[in-house]
Amino acid sequence: MSKREETIQHFSGLFKENSSRIEKGSSGLINSFRKEAMDQFRELGIPDRKNEAYKYINLDPWFNTKYKSYFVPEEADFMAASDFRCEVVELESYNKILLNGFSPKDNGTIEGLPEGIWVGSLAEASERFPDIVEKHYARYARNGKDGLIPLNTALASDGMFVHVKKGVSLSKPIQVINLVHSDTDMFVQHRNLIVVEDNAELPMIVCDHALSPQKFLTNAVTEIYVGENARLDMLRVQNEHNNAAKLTHTFIHQERNSNAVSNNITLHGGMVRNSTYHRLNGEGAECNAYGLYLADRWQHVDNFVSIDHAYPNCLSNQLFKGVLDDYATGAFNGRILVNEGAQKTLAYQKNNNILLTDDARMDTKPQLEIYADDVKCSHGATVGQLDEEAMFYLKSRGINKTEARLMLMFGFAHEVIANIKTEALRQRIDELVLQRLRGELSRCANCSLDCDK
Amino acid sequence: MLQIENLKVEIEGKEILKGISLNVKKGEIHAIMGPNGSGKSTLAAVLAGKEFGEITNGKITYMGKDLMDMEPEDRSKEGIFLGFQYPIEIPGVSMVNFMRTALNEHRKYRGEEAMSSSDFLKLMREKKELVKIESGLTSRSVNEGFSGGEKKRNEIFQMAMLEPRLAILDETDSGLDIDALRIVANGVNQLKTAENSTIVITHYQRLLDYIVPDFVHVLYDGKIVKSGDKSLALELEDKGYDWIKKDVESVSYE
Repeated sequence: MSKREETIQHFSGLFKENSSRIEKGSSGLINSFRKEAMDQFRELGIPDRKNEAYKYINLDPWFNTKYKSYFVPEEADFMAASDFRCEVVELESYNKILLNGFSPKDNGTIEGLPEGIWVGSLAEASERFPDIVEKHYARYARNGKDGLIPLNTALASDGMFVHVKKGVSLSKPIQVINLVHSDTDMFVQHRNLIVVEDNAELPMIVCDHALSPQKFLTNAVTEIYVGENARLDMLRVQNEHNNAAKLTHTFIHQERNSNAVSNNITLHGGMVRNSTYHRLNGEGAECNAYGLYLADRWQHVDNFVSIDHAYPNCLSNQLFKGVLDDYATGAFNGRILVNEGAQKTLAYQKNNNILLTDDARMDTKPQLEIYADDVKCSHGATVGQLDEEAMFYLKSRGINKTEARLMLMFGFAHEVIANIKTEALRQRIDELVLQRLRGELSRCANCSLDCDK
Repeated sequence: MLQIENLKVEIEGKEILKGISLNVKKGEIHAIMGPNGSGKSTLAAVLAGKEFGEITNGKITYMGKDLMDMEPEDRSKEGIFLGFQYPIEIPGVSMVNFMRTALNEHRKYRGEEAMSSSDFLKLMREKKELVKIESGLTSRSVNEGFSGGEKKRNEIFQMAMLEPRLAILDETDSGLDIDALRIVANGVNQLKTAENSTIVITHYQRLLDYIVPDFVHVLYDGKIVKSGDKSLALELEDKGYDWIKKDVESVSYE
């Protein structure tokens, strides 16, 4: 049996053995998708390099590991996790913890949360609000070539559910602190659903952390609905360790005149793959997809972006920047699809990278598919070193080489950070990035891990 | 303060400086003039420590030390300042952060403590006044989106912040209108003391109406072909560089 078939068999077996346990903690609605999803996974398997969208990433080392625990809630110790304080937390936000993919079942409450917003467990929400969940669940997470998505649909038990009612807006962001913590190697799959109804506004931060040094593999699918005239501002800060792999698939479905921002800041992780999809599903929709990745040692950071211009008069903008040191590798694949009839589309894409060593490697690939004739699209990618002229300029003012390098890297990264609207948050991310560039792992203050592992 | 002895520099196999000797004493202002391509900017960059080309001959002594052994940042901390002909834009690095880092590196080198934020901002305000820099500029990224004139003023502002012993101003006048030129020259003059020295590199005599040199040297084809006092600049303005070229070429025919 090939490795590929082995993996399929493995998950297939897990699904059979545990289906009653998985289904027990979940609603009938969510369970109704599992079997078909598993069938689809059996066909697709884990994406390998033959899959164009996974050409530059090797998932084998992460999927060929036998993890001790999979998708099992066991007794998640939310009390212990609630002691954890993310460094980003100093800013005012509504916090919610997701531990190993599970949310506390607390009726979606957070102290002080305004009326019209519910934040909590998806499993719980699918019982309480079956209509909303049914309307949106498994509607947007569609990619017929990526087996990781049906794998998640088949096996995920819980995740975060956020619902913002029509016209409701939040002044402070909702912060989801996404923790993995285990005594044994663990494979985590969770499923998030976020619904921002018409004319509503949701600022949101997701912070990914690993609280123990075990080997972690996370495969998370997030579906987001952004209604007419609604706004979403989603910032993700990834700060795990070299023994943790993170695969995220975020599908943002945008209706007419909506505006959505996705920003993935990858500070640390052994292997990170973020797939971000924006579907502009109504006229006048606008999206900004940003990303910043800093990698060193043997880390790999991979960003896949897909912008689907389905209607006319929409605007999309992608800006991804990365700094790679040591033997780190990275990949960027930015797809822009302009459907027939999506006239007057404006679509921009930029990917800039700095390689600090000869061994670091970056693969960057734009992918434009344009079926309309009245559109403006641009794309540009650079892979280079630090600007020598700028280095000399800084040094000529008395700034030493180490500091000058740091300033230039930070300046380079800042173009992405500058897009964070909340000032306190922007400053905080600036600090974390600076720490990271200085070679200090910018892990959270309460974390006592030896992250060098 | 600065002695250059028979300096020869090659870039990509081509000799750009062909044996330059220059002696700058404390308190003096030297002007180096010459047509385009004569090697003026190369000389300035070599003094500031830019790594390019190869020094094939000669010696540069600054304050009794061999300058060739020093890194650019150490030259700066020892008091050498280069005003760039084309100041570099550095997106994402704020002027404030840039200047504070530079200033504190200088202070550390002298064994002084880092400056407090309030003292630093006060100093910035004071020095900005000198070259009439709009306060908005210093909250922006280094030179990013600055106009030509603003970039040049920003160079003099940095000079004012760092108070060098030896300032080398490379074509600081290029691209400036007459008002901006006055402001820049006025800034340089206010920073002048009996203790520091200035090398003004320029193509035109115009700047020297405002910054009056003690010595004028004409650089042509990698060599100083003529030296004199400020009247030499006026003579050049009057007769043009062709006069020097003819002079030099006729000498070489003899």
